[in-house]
Amino acid sequence: MSTVISQVRANPKFAELVRKRNSLALTLTIAILVIYYGFIILVAFDKSLLATPLGANLMTLGVPLGIGVILAAFVLTGIYVTKANAEFDTLTKEIVEEMK
Amino acid sequence: MSRILTLLTTAVVTALPTLAFAAGVDASDIKRQATNFPAIIMFVIFVGITLGITYWAAKRTKSAASFYTAGGGITAGQNGLAIAGDYMSAASFLGITGLVYGSGYDGLIFSVGWLVGWPIVTFLVAEQLRNLGKFTFADVASFRFAQTPIRTLAACGSLVTVAFYLIAQMVGAGKLIQILFGLPYLWAVLIVGVLMIVYVTFGGMTATTWVQIIKACLLLGGASFMAFMVMLQYGFSPEALFKRAVEIHPKHVAIMGPGSLVTDPVSAISLGMALMFGTAGLPHILMRFFTVKDAKAARKSVFYATGFIGYFYILTFIMGFGAIALIAGNTASPADNPFLDQSLVAAGKDVITAIRGGSNMAVMHLANAVGGEYFLGFIAAIAFATILAVVSGLALAGASAISHDLYASVFRRGRVNEIDEMRVSKIASVGLGILAVGLGIAFENQNVAYMVGLAFAIAASCNFPVLLMSIYWKGMTTRGAFIGGFIGLIAAVAMVVMGPTVWVAVLGNAKGSNPFPYDNVAIFSMPIAFIGIWIFSLLDNSARAQVDKDGFEAQYIRCQTGIGASGASAH
Repeated sequence: MSTVISQVRANPKFAELVRKRNSLALTLTIAILVIYYGFIILVAFDKSLLATPLGANLMTLGVPLGIGVILAAFVLTGIYVTKANAEFDTLTKEIVEEMK
Repeated sequence: MSRILTLLTTAVVTALPTLAFAAGVDASDIKRQATNFPAIIMFVIFVGITLGITYWAAKRTKSAASFYTAGGGITAGQNGLAIAGDYMSAASFLGITGLVYGSGYDGLIFSVGWLVGWPIVTFLVAEQLRNLGKFTFADVASFRFAQTPIRTLAACGSLVTVAFYLIAQMVGAGKLIQILFGLPYLWAVLIVGVLMIVYVTFGGMTATTWVQIIKACLLLGGASFMAFMVMLQYGFSPEALFKRAVEIHPKHVAIMGPGSLVTDPVSAISLGMALMFGTAGLPHILMRFFTVKDAKAARKSVFYATGFIGYFYILTFIMGFGAIALIAGNTASPADNPFLDQSLVAAGKDVITAIRGGSNMAVMHLANAVGGEYFLGFIAAIAFATILAVVSGLALAGASAISHDLYASVFRRGRVNEIDEMRVSKIASVGLGILAVGLGIAFENQNVAYMVGLAFAIAASCNFPVLLMSIYWKGMTTRGAFIGGFIGLIAAVAMVVMGPTVWVAVLGNAKGSNPFPYDNVAIFSMPIAFIGIWIFSLLDNSARAQVDKDGFEAQYIRCQTGIGASGASAH
C-alpha cells in the first residue's frame, strides 16, 4: 500500500485532481450557503420585500425566489456532477491506469 | 393556555419532516373515522407486492454485503428514488401541504430548508463515503482511528438519531392511520412494526430499497396527478389559483408572503443549519451511498434525489394552494361545505381552521375532491406505505449500527464471521421492531413532534462534524473525535430538553421557566462539536494521535481516487 501511496502522490495528475475537485466543491458549497442563508436572512429581517407583489399580480417576489432556491440547489448539484463525471473521473482513471 | 401550547409546538414542529399530526392539529382532535375499505384494499395490494419483493430479495440476501448494501448492485437512478423516498415521509407530504394550506407562503420556506442539505451532501460527503466505507458511515468516520471509541460514538449518534426519528414516525403512523383507515391506534402500530420486521429481517437492504422505490414512484405519481388537476381547474394560470386562494383564506393576501412561523433570526438560521447539515448526518440516508457500485453512481444518485425531492416540494406548494381554493372554498357557503367540520363552522371558526381532521388532512380532502373516493383510498394507502418504508429504512440503519459497529467491531474486535454478524443484525432488526412498537404505544398520548427536530439537531451536531472532520482534517485524533462528538451529542440533547417546547410543553414546567431560550439548537450545538473536536485533537499528544495523523495519507489517496474502495460484491 505504501508504494501505491508514493506512486499516486508523485503523479502530478493527482495534485491536479485534488486541486480541481476541492476548489469546485468549495466554490459550490459557498454558493449554496450564500443563496440559502441569503434567503433565510430575507425571511428573518425583511418579510415585506418577499411579500412585494410582482407588478399588478398577486404573485409576490418571494414565490420565484423560494422556488429559485430549490432550482439553484438542483442546478448546483448538476454542475458538480457533470464536471465530476467528465473531468474528475477521467483524471482518476488516468491515475489508476498509470499505476499499472 | 392550550392555544399557546399549540402555537408553540406548531412553530417548532412545523419545521420538521415528521410533523404531520402536529402542524396545527391537537392530538386530541383526532377521532377515529369510519373504516375506509378502498384504502385498506389498496394498502393490502401494496403489502402483497412488497412481500413478494421481500421473498425474492430474501433468496438473494445470503451475505453481509447483500444484507447491508444490496450487494452494491443498486443503480444511480434507483438509489436516487430510494433516497428521495426516505426523505419524502408521509409527514412531509401531509405536513407541508397542511402548512401551505394553513399559512400559505411559510410552507415554501420549510420546503427550501429541507432541500438545501442535498447539495452539501453531494459536494462534501457522497463520493467520499462510497470510496472509504463499506456498510455504515462509521466505517468512514473510524477509517484511520481506534475502532472501539469511534465506532461506539458513531453507533450512539446513529442509534439516538434513529430512535427519536422512529418514535416520531411510529406515533405519527398510529394517529394518521386512525384517521385515514379508521383502524385502532394499537393495530396500526402493530401492523407497521410487524411489516417492518419482515422487510428488514428477510429482505435486508434489497427489500428495503425496493419498498422505498415503489413508494416514491407512487407518491410522486399521486402528487403530480393532484397538482395537475388543481392547475387544470385554473387554466394552468398560477395567478388564477392565487386569486381564488386569497379570496377564500381568512388571512387573504398575507398568505402570499412570509408569515409568523419564522420569527426571530436566531431560530431561523439555527433551524436552517439543522436541516441543511443534519441531512448530511442521518444514518439511514448515508447508508444508501454504499448500495451503489462506485463514487460516480453515488454522486449521480444524490443529483437525481435532489431533482425528485425539489419537484415534490414544488408540488406540495401547488397542492396546498389547491386545497385552500378547492377544499376551504368548495361551496359558496361554509355551512354546505362537506369538507368542513360543521360543529366548528357553527362555533364561528373560519374555513381554514374548520377543516375536518385538521390542516394535515387538507391533501387527503383534495385527493377526494379531484379524484373521488377511490383516488382518496389510493392516496391514503400511499401515506401508509410511506410510513412503512421510512420506518424500515430507519430500522435497517439502527440494526447495522448494532451489528456492524457495536457487535462486530467493538464487542468482537473485528474477530467475527459474516454468518454471526448477519444473525446479530437480524436479531437487532427484530429487537428494534419490538422496541418501536413498544415506544409507539408508550408515547401514544405524548407530544413527540419535537423529536424529529432533535434527530436532525443530533445528526448535525455529532454525526456530521465527526464525519466531515475525519474526511478532511488530518489533525483530528481519536480522542478529539470521541470527546468532541459526544459533547455535540450531549449539548444538542441537553439544549433541546431545556428549550421551551420540551421544558414547558412536554415536561410541564411553568411557562417561561425554561433555562434555554431556543427550540432550534443547531446554531449553538454544531460549533460546540466542531470546536470540541478541534481543541481536544490539538491537545492530544498520545501515541495513538500520531497513528491517527499518519493514517491520513492513505485515507486521503483512497478518498480522492477510490483506489482500494470496496467494490460491488459479486452476484
